[in-house]
Amino acid sequence: MTDWIDIGTLADIPPRGARTVHIGGEKEIAVFRTGDDQIFALVNECPHKKGPLSQGIVHGQSVACPLHNWNIALKSGEAQGEDKGCTPTIAVKQEDGRIWIARPEMTKVAA
Amino acid sequence: MEFQGGSSPVTDSGDDIGVPMEDVREHLVVVGNGMAGCRAVEELLARDPARYRVTIFGAEPHVNYNRIMLSPVLAGEKTFQDIIINDRAWYDDHRITLITSDPVSAIDRARKTVISRSGRTIGYDRLLIATGSDPFIIPVPGKDLPGVISFRDMKDVDAMLDAANHGGDAVVIGGGLLGLEAAHGLTLRGMKVTVLHIMPTLMERQLDEAAAWLLKSALEGRGQTILTGADTAEIYGNGKVEGVRLKDGTQIPASLVVMAVGIRPSVALARDAGLDVGRGIKVDDHMVTSDAAILAVGECVEHDGNVYGLVAPLWDMCRALADGLTDQHSGYKGSVTSTKLKVAGLDVFSAGDFSGGEGCEDIVLRDASRGIYKRVVVKGDKVVGAVLYGDTADGGWYFDLLKRGENVADIRDLLIFGQAFASGGGALDPKAAVAALSDDAEICGCNGVSKGQVVACIEKGACSLDAVRAGCKASASCGSCTGLVENILALTLGDEVQSGPKTMCKCTSFGHDDVRREIVAQDMRSIPEVMQKLHWSTPDGCSSCRPALNYYLLCALPGIYVDDQQSRFVNERMHANIQKDGTYSVVPRMWGGLTNPRELRAIADVVEKYDAPMVKVTGGQRLDIFGIRKEDLPAVWADLNAAGMVSGHAYGKSLRTVKTCVGSEWCRFGTQDSTGLGVKTERMTWGSWMPHKFKIAVSGCPRNCAEATIKDFGIVCVDSGYELHVGGNGGIHVRVTDLLCKVATEQEALDYCAAFTQLYREEARYLERTAPWIERVGIDYVKQRIVEDDAGREALRARFLFSQQFMQDDPWAERAAGVHSDLHQPLSPISIAAE
Ligand code: SRM
Ligand SMILES: Cc1cc2nc3c(=O)[nH]c(=O)nc-3n(C[C@H](O)[C@H](O)[C@H](O)COP(=O)(O)OP(=O)(O)OC[C@H]3O[C@@H](n4cnc5c(N)ncnc54)[C@H](O)[C@@H]3O)c2cc1C
Ligand code: SF4
Ligand code: FES
Repeated sequence: MTDWIDIGTLADIPPRGARTVHIGGEKEIAVFRTGDDQIFALVNECPHKKGPLSQGIVHGQSVACPLHNWNIALKSGEAQGEDKGCTPTIAVKQEDGRIWIARPEMTKVAA
Repeated sequence: MEFQGGSSPVTDSGDDIGVPMEDVREHLVVVGNGMAGCRAVEELLARDPARYRVTIFGAEPHVNYNRIMLSPVLAGEKTFQDIIINDRAWYDDHRITLITSDPVSAIDRARKTVISRSGRTIGYDRLLIATGSDPFIIPVPGKDLPGVISFRDMKDVDAMLDAANHGGDAVVIGGGLLGLEAAHGLTLRGMKVTVLHIMPTLMERQLDEAAAWLLKSALEGRGQTILTGADTAEIYGNGKVEGVRLKDGTQIPASLVVMAVGIRPSVALARDAGLDVGRGIKVDDHMVTSDAAILAVGECVEHDGNVYGLVAPLWDMCRALADGLTDQHSGYKGSVTSTKLKVAGLDVFSAGDFSGGEGCEDIVLRDASRGIYKRVVVKGDKVVGAVLYGDTADGGWYFDLLKRGENVADIRDLLIFGQAFASGGGALDPKAAVAALSDDAEICGCNGVSKGQVVACIEKGACSLDAVRAGCKASASCGSCTGLVENILALTLGDEVQSGPKTMCKCTSFGHDDVRREIVAQDMRSIPEVMQKLHWSTPDGCSSCRPALNYYLLCALPGIYVDDQQSRFVNERMHANIQKDGTYSVVPRMWGGLTNPRELRAIADVVEKYDAPMVKVTGGQRLDIFGIRKEDLPAVWADLNAAGMVSGHAYGKSLRTVKTCVGSEWCRFGTQDSTGLGVKTERMTWGSWMPHKFKIAVSGCPRNCAEATIKDFGIVCVDSGYELHVGGNGGIHVRVTDLLCKVATEQEALDYCAAFTQLYREEARYLERTAPWIERVGIDYVKQRIVEDDAGREALRARFLFSQQFMQDDPWAERAAGVHSDLHQPLSPISIAAE
């Protein structure tokens, strides 16, 4: 069973931009909107040195990390090109103009 | 047989409305006399004309008409008569009972009857719900005023035509297909139309940014005003519509408001009857709802999680439905939709997933002179999506390749040129195709250069793309023939082709200088426009070209170009420096390095109030407050603003600091007021965006305590005046400045500084500091422009000061006042649903 969490509307996220969202007890999540209004969610941490991906430049379906410019695929969380590493992804759905994310299970911050 | 609504209530299973008693066939009752409902009946009759007795209820007063054609009716190209699909004779011939103007208001599933608004109760054996969609009305004040109309049926068209007859202004809310069709029709009917669209680009569901930009330009060319990112706050008027007010306060007067923001499946009837309803009425592959006796079809249904808003899928549904009703169950498998539309007379096409993404490759063809944009998205050798604008002839072919999952590896290079080219003549190698061209064949349409001329140019010694561009102009304008020229180079020279200077990035074949030149020459005004006109090979660029283009446009169009925040690096978007832990550092401006107790107190207060872990004196003579959380930035800025401080731009490709020394005011060696001049210089230059960061210093004597000779612009005061130095750099490769000249007065020092800064702004490449720029162009060139050419210097200075009028707003004050507050706050989760 998946818990879906309503986090707002498309208009809440700037195109080619991102917003963050905190779900109690979990790592911060970055919710991205691409130029053509697709939504993706990743843990807001670059696989390189935990740069806040939500602050990067979104282009196509990637985001360039603001700290050292690694490019991360929004769909898979994988670093692209020569760089290796992966950020956990979170399932998203858009329904009736609202954005829902699946309650992340795997990112629990160790108590 | 036809019955109008409003007659006295009748309660029976239909025999009292003229159907012979002896008709004992199963009774199929259809709710909705629209496109899907009637098509379903047609499909059924085609399979077994005798099997069911059919009754259709329609809420509208008409026979079945083609809803798609309402747009041409509005535009005056067709009449209602032209768009009727089934006339009265059809209903009569098939002994179908049609009840118009009388919507069904309830279903009694236990008794298998439907009840209409006028009170008719009619029994059914099978019920088909085909109620279509309801226009979505945005819940703003004034939505119910007379003069606010949706665009769904003939009644709406009549109301619009009536309004258009009185002339005046119309506002269309919604820049999707329907809104644009309405706007087009009303424009043709003589109204002055403004389209309000909440999204940044038109028809964002069907078109990518590039195609949407082309569409917007074309519509604006026809006199419509199109406002994107426009959020409606209110429709105002006294007793009738008088205009629309946006959330940003803009008011647009209008006597007619068309609301075309979207549709919602019409499910109320089904929901009230207790059927399973999600976004639409849930149906299985045979269009059967959660009640085995009730079917549903059309826009009102949800199949396998999907709802559809175009007719093609509805036709598939109707076939499966009729098969099911005649016991030849085939099953509906869902539809892949493509959209081929003439929006306001302009051809657009889109299909599949054109969002690109991982593993996807975009093949883009842009023909600026003919206004054509084509993009095919290929993944794993298969076409997965396409967007076409201007020339949609190959839409069907791409859609076919997509649906069949055809392997396109062999025709990959020619795919974008369309079916005729890709599958014709076996010339599958682009080089061979170019070799086969005659010498007269035109290669570069913009500059009229033939293949023969390109070859001649190469034979005269041009060994690179750039040399060809310089030599005969081929591919020097829009760049769409770059591939052809490269092939001619390869054919003529083999391995001797030299690669030219670096292109801006992998998205374009042009270098920085070419792009800047063309932006000015062609008066380009937005990032999508540059990408279209210069044939970008990616749909929306990358993290290296977007910031560069944003800067070039900003520099070329002061006061006109609207900055694109999303094309800026985080520091410039957040107006603070990001740190390794994701917090920010804040550096307020201290003019010329001067400060006072009030500012120091405000900084001390901020450090305490927001628990900043560190505050430090920087190498640029400022105080840097570290460890501020993104959420706290606006409040920090408000506190600093209150003490009179503005952004220090320690984060920007912009003027950073003007360092000064104490100068003649206090210092025993000082020759001039270096502190005062530094403050004046900083007041003049602050806020300007540059290709890279730009630092200035003013030293009061040649001892040079302000390190002016490693700054981008350095002033060293001497007894007889001011030595002006340029192109210095600390940092990784230390470079000492070149002496530009010596001037006698403070005013001249300021004027030369403004002129030099503007020359750098206009001519350096993005991310090129003054030091490498001067190494590239030579100090003599800079001297010639700034020192020897008095009129030129004056013009540069004037352009700089003009542009500064628009730059010197404190970005912090704006943010502290709440602009872009969403950038600082996380989203707040609203509700949780388990499934
Ligand atoms: C804060 C400061 C160090 C300090 O505590 O003193 C500083 C801090 C940074 N410098 Fe610097 N530089 C600072 C003065 C300097 C100076 C000295 C000066 O301006 O007189 C230099 C050498 C002079 C020069 O620029 O030519 C300097 C040469 C650099 C360079 C190398 C530039 C180059 O062209 O080679 C970089 C890297 C870059 O910009 O690409 C850099 C980059 C940076 C960045 C922005 C690194 C980054 O991208 O995060 C640091 C930001 C820290 C922060 O969050 O505030 N910083 N940096 C100084 C801020 C001055 C100010 O008040 O605005
Ligand atoms: C202006 C316009 C242009 C369009 N252009 C295109 C296009 O170019 N291409 C394309 O593919 N699609 C286009 N569409 C969409 C297309 O028209 C619809 O997808 C199609 O009409 C849906 O068919 P339907 O039978 O589900 O709904 P409808 O055609 O809307 O039929 C539903 C009918 O049910 C009636 N009804 C509702 N409730 C009740 C009730 N309780 N009792 C009795 N009757 C009821 C309604 O009055 C309506 O007549 C366009 C739509 C519009 C409005
Ligand atoms: S510039 Fe010269 S006069 Fe001024 S402080 Fe430095 S050494 Fe002293
Ligand atoms: S932390 Fe993201 S690139 Fe280094």
